[in-house]
Amino acid sequence: MCLAIPAKIMKINGMIAEVDIGGNTKEINITLTPEAKIGDYVLVHAGFAIQVIDEKAAEEIFEAWEVAYESLQRQ
Amino acid sequence: MTKTGQDDVILLGHGSGGTLTNQLVKTVFQDAFGNPILNEMLDAAVLDVPKGRIAFTTDSFVVDPIFFPGGDIGKIAVCGTVNDLAVSGAEPLYLSAGFIIEEGFPLGDLRRIVHSMKEAAGTAGVRVVTGDTKVVGRGSADKIFISTTGVGLIPEGRQLSPRRMQPGDAVIVSGSLGEHGLAILAQREGLSFTTPVVSDCAPLQRLTRAILEAGGEGVRCMRDPTRGGLATTLNELAAQSGQGILVHEELLPLRREVVRACEMLGIDPIYLANEGRVIVVAAHDVADRVLEAMRGLPEGTGAVLIGEVIPDNPGLVLLETELGATRIITMLEGEPLPRIC
Amino acid sequence: MSHYKDNKGYARYLLDLIHKEADLPLTIMEVCGTHTVAIARSGLRELLPKCIRLLSGPGCPVCVTDDLDLDLVMALVREKGIILATFGDMMRVPGTQSSLLQEKSRGADVRVVYSPADALTLAAENPDSEVVFLGVGFETTVPTVAVTLEQAIRQGLKNFSVYSLHKLLPPVMKALLEDPDVKIDAFINPGHVCTILGSEPFRFIPEEYGKPCIVTGFEAADILEAVLIMLRQHKENRPAVEIQYRRAVRPEGNPVAVSFIEKYFEPATARWRGIGEVPDSGLALREEYAVYDAQRRFPLSITPGKRRKNCSCGEVLKGLKLPYECALFGKVCTPVKPVGPCMVSTEGSCAAYYRYGAQKAGVAH
Repeated sequence: MCLAIPAKIMKINGMIAEVDIGGNTKEINITLTPEAKIGDYVLVHAGFAIQVIDEKAAEEIFEAWEVAYESLQRQ
Repeated sequence: MTKTGQDDVILLGHGSGGTLTNQLVKTVFQDAFGNPILNEMLDAAVLDVPKGRIAFTTDSFVVDPIFFPGGDIGKIAVCGTVNDLAVSGAEPLYLSAGFIIEEGFPLGDLRRIVHSMKEAAGTAGVRVVTGDTKVVGRGSADKIFISTTGVGLIPEGRQLSPRRMQPGDAVIVSGSLGEHGLAILAQREGLSFTTPVVSDCAPLQRLTRAILEAGGEGVRCMRDPTRGGLATTLNELAAQSGQGILVHEELLPLRREVVRACEMLGIDPIYLANEGRVIVVAAHDVADRVLEAMRGLPEGTGAVLIGEVIPDNPGLVLLETELGATRIITMLEGEPLPRIC
Repeated sequence: MSHYKDNKGYARYLLDLIHKEADLPLTIMEVCGTHTVAIARSGLRELLPKCIRLLSGPGCPVCVTDDLDLDLVMALVREKGIILATFGDMMRVPGTQSSLLQEKSRGADVRVVYSPADALTLAAENPDSEVVFLGVGFETTVPTVAVTLEQAIRQGLKNFSVYSLHKLLPPVMKALLEDPDVKIDAFINPGHVCTILGSEPFRFIPEEYGKPCIVTGFEAADILEAVLIMLRQHKENRPAVEIQYRRAVRPEGNPVAVSFIEKYFEPATARWRGIGEVPDSGLALREEYAVYDAQRRFPLSITPGKRRKNCSCGEVLKGLKLPYECALFGKVCTPVKPVGPCMVSTEGSCAAYYRYGAQKAGVAH
């Protein structure tokens, strides 16, 4: 269950943030992620941010995937 | 019309058949659609029947919201019927337009809708030759419903039918998918989000003409993937042809904004409606020529090959996933409801 | 974040590794319906080695909403002056007699919302009606309802209430593990439930039951990574909770969200369709918020209807049967006319099997 998608915070006004979802914009509630800042990626579920996504972890995973893929290409 | 401000909204009297009706017809409908046949104002339009076969189709339009990015109910009422004629291989000639209007509907909105119809009909080269207006009490209809019926001419010798589909035929789509459906969803109460995606609503008779000129007899059939989207239309083609269809996920033309908004709503974009796209099934050896002709027109710049007719799995639509597995795509079941879980 | 999409090559690489390393039968349950759909959409079942069996567990709160509970909801929406706001998934779910979609066509005022916050807007716009938000969902969704409730209280909205049918996952996973019929070797853990709860509440699974339990993301490559991790854990006999979905899940979860749940709700016994009553696996509003609790506010006494016969949703949810092994599947029970909850939700196991033709892939297994 629980559809949730990453979105980038563009503006914050109190507990409401405007986020970019792949070129679309939507207003969401950020009460559950008080640490969220403009520029952060958050996970959005039912119109609420439920977690700030760890950009660094995301990048590390992406790099690991890249490396794995490259090594596969060389095989 | 009187000058007491009554001309701001539609009254029950505008549908009574009396003076108000006459005024409405003259100042709104005839003013926009005026042509020698309509202007006769007879009980029936009297038409010359050209040589060939007649294509005849009807559709009703109840889209909500009535105005949306990329169009309105008037534009869609003309394009929808014109496109049904065009994909049947017909040259659209005549339209009828029936209006059911809720009492109190703003006259300005009606003018705007009728103006869109005029423009779309002009682009499509069809004439509105007969019409009707009814007004119902508040609450008996939601704002405005439009019904259009179209007549087109199929030149002699032209045969388009899914029954002509054969294994190896190419399946082509004229542009990116799901944009009309998404533009409408974005306006829906409770879902509101802002998207740069606008409805693809457009008349297609110029594109279908180009396809038929380029592909000739190699064009097996065409369809416009409206309600139920690509998935539903491909299923209809598979069922009617008794052939299998294989499409490749990687080749499906989808805008990033459509994909991401669909992820948010839990909807599959291949089930979203299109109002300005055509699916072409064409023999393998004319596919490139057809694609080139399509890409030469603004309404076909995004044309791509998405799959082929296959000898096995008759009546089924298969999708090859990006990872190389295959799965069956079924028709749309019920209305696509946004989900959360 | 679109780069997670561009990992076809990596997914193929993982598949290669899994094929090389998988030599023992392994039955894996994905607890989350979103995983069920992701697996079906990417066709993973067909691509994995034959010895790896993927089962769809009780992962969709729509699926597990009990028909008797829904009968009560239907009775409520027939009352005058009630506006029921709910997620789109709930509309087609049948009680024993009808669904919200059917009730709506008969005149009930039922609105589909994307967010609980939209239900609050409805309450503000309709001061003369009672707006009831039908709370379904697991730990992921409950905090959003709790925040909405807090706003209702702050705004002094008196015509808003919550009908809580929320459910909790760890207790039902425990109940499944206690069932002697259920044979599961490892769990693909629900990524977004763990976004809220973290990994700690699932430690009992490896520690008490010896099963690997991998918190997993929703891309094909995420799921394949998780399968590889549990394959290795299983072979080396060192079961543990491991977070594969690191970009969105921290070990401690989201403590703010958890505190919101605890402030407004308390555990209660819940009915799960096909599974039965499970103690402390649901959430009820706390006593001090009784006035916002639709169940307390609108007491209804109705005779519950009769449950349908021959529906195998219970066994499907427990992983004892695959959807197409049910006598009703694809014949009496289809997405157009669903009998059981697993066919109703687009993420339900049966609907996913039906829609993506996994029946074929399943037979191939």
